[in-house]
Amino acid sequence: MKDRWRVFANGIFGENPIFRLVLGMCPTLATSTAVANALGMGLAATFVLVCSNVIISLLRNIIPDEVRIPCYIVVVATFVTIVDKVMAASAPGLHQVLGIFIPLIVVNCIILGRAEAFASKNSVSRSFMDGLGMGLGFTLGLLLLSIIREPLGEGTFLVAEDFGFEGLRVIAEDKQVLMFILPPGAFITLGLVLAGINKLVAKLSTVWAQKGGE
Amino acid sequence: MTDLLLIFFGAIFINNFVLARFLGICPFLGVSKKLETAVGMGLAVTFVMTMASAITFGVNKLLLRFNLGYLDTITFILVIAVLVQFVEMILRKYSPGLYQALGIYLPLITTNCAVLGVALINIDPSAGYNFIQATVNGFAGGVGFTLAIILFAGLRERLEFAPLPKAMEGFPIALILAGLVSIAFLGFSGFRLQALLGL
Repeated sequence: MKDRWRVFANGIFGENPIFRLVLGMCPTLATSTAVANALGMGLAATFVLVCSNVIISLLRNIIPDEVRIPCYIVVVATFVTIVDKVMAASAPGLHQVLGIFIPLIVVNCIILGRAEAFASKNSVSRSFMDGLGMGLGFTLGLLLLSIIREPLGEGTFLVAEDFGFEGLRVIAEDKQVLMFILPPGAFITLGLVLAGINKLVAKLSTVWAQKGGE
Repeated sequence: MTDLLLIFFGAIFINNFVLARFLGICPFLGVSKKLETAVGMGLAVTFVMTMASAITFGVNKLLLRFNLGYLDTITFILVIAVLVQFVEMILRKYSPGLYQALGIYLPLITTNCAVLGVALINIDPSAGYNFIQATVNGFAGGVGFTLAIILFAGLRERLEFAPLPKAMEGFPIALILAGLVSIAFLGFSGFRLQALLGL
């Protein structure tokens, strides 16, 4: 059991897909404009990641090695289509905002990467935990960016009209910095957050190295 | 003709696939360390995006005829994967020079979201593109990608010698640089293309 939790935590901290592996940049930049969008995108990707990891792990001894990538793509695309249709029916506003980034989960490097690197070599329960950890790591990364971008760019926090949240106004209407929800703001925010996390990791690893030495 | 010019310049400057729509960021960041490789990647992407736009537009018409519209994503990605493989085989046989130049980039293009992205944008009912418009949109999207990646590679080569804090090296500074290029491209969004082209 301990091993399963280690696999789970690895996706969130050790190999966080956004901040440590730097994968899946397109949806990260595009959908972190508001907390609700980030959460929607993150959970949609998590669902696809968990389901495709489980199915691919179940089929890992049946899929021939030469055609494994097309097989993975078909499995992933099936779950993406499910998410796309469910979201279009249950949260049409969110589906409209996320737009083509929902079908584009098919070509998200995180999902194919985990299928190839993890699910095709590990048991079903470990693959499940890996999918869950990686998916939540991705969601947390998106949330961190959107928590910075939404208040600065829109001046609001937690607006989600589909679910009846009015949101809070954090910054007055004419004082917000529009740049943060425009494309340049996405690149610059992610760059600065990434640099901050690199600094933190470097510091923590020297602290741990010293402790290990004692 | 007017609409084609508008689509063409719009997709390159105003709705640039990389800098305004966030499609194809992975190769944009991954293959832009050297100018030569950036040019190769740009050409390969342009080629595949144009072909993919034309073919997926037809495939979508076929799907709609049989009421299978919900299968678009899964069909398009398979069509693109087959197309990339096919282009690779044809180039290797008939144009070894071009294959040498593009060869290593071609397999990467299947998972480039700009390609699947343009296929999905083209069939969006609100855009209402016809076959020619869709193909032009694909081609212009590729040209826009090439322009962005070449500009970015030129800047990144100069960054090699910049004295940077350790934490900023690599991806962080590349992202901030991309942000600055994106600010430059925001300037184009103020253009009124119709007036500018004298239409």
